[in-house]
Amino acid sequence: MSDIAERTPVELDRVIIRFAGDSGDGMQLTGDRFTSASALLGNDLATLPEYPAEIRAPAGTVFGVSAFQVHISDHDITTPGDSPNVLVAMNPAALMSELDKLEPGGTVIINTDAFEERNLAKAGYDENPLTDGVTLKGYTVYEVPMTSLTKGACEALGVKPRDAERSKNFFALGLISWMYTRPVQPTIDWINAKFAGKELVRDANIAAFKAGHAFGETAELFDHPYVVKPAEQPPGTYTNISGNVAVAWGLIASSQLSELPLFLGSYPITPASDILHELSKHKNFGVRTLQAEDEIAGIGSALGAAYGGHLAVTTTSGPGMDLKAETIGLAINLELPLIIVDVQRGGPSTGLPTKTEQSDLMLAFYGHHGESPLPIIAAYSPANCFDMTIEAARLALKYRTPVILLTDGYLANGTEPWRIPDVADLPRFPMAFATGPNGSDDEGNPVYLPYLRDPDTLARPLALPGTPELMHRIGGLEKADGSGNVSYSPENHEHMTHLRADKIAGIADDIPHQEIRGDEDAEILVVGWGSTWGAISGAVDRVRAKGRRVAQAHITHLSPFPENLGEVLRRYPKVLVPEMNLGQLSKLLRAEYLVDARSVNKMRGVPFTAGELEQAILAELDR
Amino acid sequence: MTDVAPPTTRKDWSSDQEVRWCPGCGDYSILAAVQLLMPELGVRREDTVFVSGIGCASRFPYYMNTYGMHSIHGRAPAIATGLAMARPDLDIWVIGGDGDMLSIGGNHLIHALRRNINVTILLFNNQIYGLTKGQYSPTSETGKVTKSTPFGSIEAPFNPISLAIGAEATFVARTHDMDRAHMMEMFRRAHAHNGASVVEIYQNCNVFNDGAFEEITAKAHRADMLIPLEHGQPVRFGADGEHGVTAGADGKLRIVEVAEVGEDAILVHDETDPGLAFQLSRLASGPHTPTPIGVFRAVERPEYAEQASAQIAAAQAKAGPGDLQQLLLSGATWTVS
Repeated sequence: MSDIAERTPVELDRVIIRFAGDSGDGMQLTGDRFTSASALLGNDLATLPEYPAEIRAPAGTVFGVSAFQVHISDHDITTPGDSPNVLVAMNPAALMSELDKLEPGGTVIINTDAFEERNLAKAGYDENPLTDGVTLKGYTVYEVPMTSLTKGACEALGVKPRDAERSKNFFALGLISWMYTRPVQPTIDWINAKFAGKELVRDANIAAFKAGHAFGETAELFDHPYVVKPAEQPPGTYTNISGNVAVAWGLIASSQLSELPLFLGSYPITPASDILHELSKHKNFGVRTLQAEDEIAGIGSALGAAYGGHLAVTTTSGPGMDLKAETIGLAINLELPLIIVDVQRGGPSTGLPTKTEQSDLMLAFYGHHGESPLPIIAAYSPANCFDMTIEAARLALKYRTPVILLTDGYLANGTEPWRIPDVADLPRFPMAFATGPNGSDDEGNPVYLPYLRDPDTLARPLALPGTPELMHRIGGLEKADGSGNVSYSPENHEHMTHLRADKIAGIADDIPHQEIRGDEDAEILVVGWGSTWGAISGAVDRVRAKGRRVAQAHITHLSPFPENLGEVLRRYPKVLVPEMNLGQLSKLLRAEYLVDARSVNKMRGVPFTAGELEQAILAELDR
Repeated sequence: MTDVAPPTTRKDWSSDQEVRWCPGCGDYSILAAVQLLMPELGVRREDTVFVSGIGCASRFPYYMNTYGMHSIHGRAPAIATGLAMARPDLDIWVIGGDGDMLSIGGNHLIHALRRNINVTILLFNNQIYGLTKGQYSPTSETGKVTKSTPFGSIEAPFNPISLAIGAEATFVARTHDMDRAHMMEMFRRAHAHNGASVVEIYQNCNVFNDGAFEEITAKAHRADMLIPLEHGQPVRFGADGEHGVTAGADGKLRIVEVAEVGEDAILVHDETDPGLAFQLSRLASGPHTPTPIGVFRAVERPEYAEQASAQIAAAQAKAGPGDLQQLLLSGATWTVS
């Protein structure tokens, strides 16, 4: 037996681990706990959960595989990594569906107990890949009978073998925690808290976790563990945050910053429901949540709350956006503040509910009838969802308009370390409502004119129900400028159409100029929006490291675009736009600025890797 | 500001907008009933909101000197639900027609009723689409010939009262546009009800469905064709109360002559009995046979917005008002110095 002292940890600057198993195997939990332990250790990290749309897809099948990829590093990283270095495969189906993602020569840790005839057949293996001499050739393979070792560890607790088997994900977690020298105690604390009141489950999970850890330590299988040191990060207090939680917290923050109570009207939909769940927990912040009867009532109730003076929001994904279109149009016409969060997923129709895509950009721009512009902004990373949510609230309230905030399934479920801001440093935008008349009628009597605009912002005043003397009626019919009375006058309609458009266009003065990262004298500008930021940044760095001159512009404000965007686009000989769609932003840039913005597309339900985009940039440079 | 609303008149509740329904439309008499009732309710105009959908009836808010929103087709109950949750201090009325609230907005109506959100819903039922010029509606009778059903409608109509009771509504009433006093009484009771209340109003569309309710609402027929429901009172009608309703041994309701069965056999109305309310709603299958009007059902059930507010108050009592910085620090954290 080798002496543990001999097995000094080897230092790595980063590692990408992919946990894969059946959707009932608890892989998301395993990945999440490993991530948390790594975050507490101070690594920079990025995660990519991937799971099937079915809650319990047929066990053992390839389409029932659930995977969680985590990239941990001792330096700043922006993506969950291109190819995993390590694959943990809990069953044959996981090996079948995930092995091709592993880097050449990578490490595979296999739960051999699951490799019996039935499972092999279900996964589509004619021959056992562990013994066929072909499948795993060239990989470093560790075969561990995790199920039986877990059962053994739990035997003394009096746990039934069938129940004990369900703790095998904690065995895997323990083993990987040993391999990458993660602290043990946070996970044990977590198990204790999570399974308090379910003593047998708690004890079985702890026993399995410890057994996995001890197995790594004592079995002669592994030469040595690894260390990934903490990343250099600016001083501060950090937490690991997902995009959906960041949106929810951003909404609560916006409520305090605007001094308005928060109202969420929402209908459950993947991958947006976690925002509803998170906000429903925090009623002590005065948050009102309504799980509406449908998507239309979700936004309808929010619009009603906005009319009543609350900071109102509705959260959804693509199919819900389709249903909300008419109410968004009403909000545009009523000029009421409203936040619409679209957590994009693969479409059309039900599409790929659990997979990410960026294919709702045109929908956000043009998905409502009539001339109906509205601000559209997009978050670029899980943590950035917090800031962009506050920006959505600021714009909605200041300009009395619905605002669409675009995130996607990857941002929603992916996590990254977030330096927690000091609340005192957040922008405040207290909302002021009308308190008295703002005009006079033909006879000189004071009256309230609900559509008399602020000359600077073109925003209208808002008089809340309950305010004496300011009673007025609003509606979806065209309104006379100023009075807001119903008007069918052709001149007025054209005038109002321009006014509504000018109000939104004018927001360009109130948002940051487009920033450029990279080389001033670049040969190519890579333009992105939303969650592609991490992969584009990684790719741009790699191409620059090869000596090519590349610039990157990542657009957060899409409607209106930043004032200087046209000038920025025309500055570079080539413009490349990677998008997880068929080229929606590139179309908009071409239409708006007459530049030859060329598109790179991916519609596979998973983000671009930095490697893919590196190749795309190099190809475009050589074109 | 004092707690007592200053006295008002009908004029105070009328907006400066010209009313634009067709001359002779039943909507005028409903508007008059509401405008005449408001001064009696002791409420303030600024605390009153009318929310409507789309359709002839939904123009209603423009004519009330209160706050108001003319929204989109069918969605008024959903919008009003959000407003009532956000602002339980307001007095919220929802206005819509049979197409608006039973067809495109049917889902929102039943869920507003189920939740028991505190809004007063006036459902103008003229059994036709008026604003789109005369198509059959979800309350039109089978066989109805309209522009979109030139060979007659093959659909069975909704019974709005049965539907509302099935949706767990806590207050359900019916009235008609030819009887201002009865309308005002139903609106008054619906308004006083804490929770969702719905009043179906038989309303004549004199352009596209003229006389739809004439067999039962015309003055000459009323006594024999309308069955007034009054809580705790025998269900009797006719000029001298000569007709009545009995519950047979088989549990079915029947219209009888009081002289034949005796007064003791006549059913006594109980607004709190949901089974009875449903049975009464089935007594007439259309406005052609004796039809009950009045309050079918009035029961107390916790109101939605109050419960939502109570959960917030309880959470704040337990955890204190939210501290944003603490929330941001509530996950697992680590510090880099």
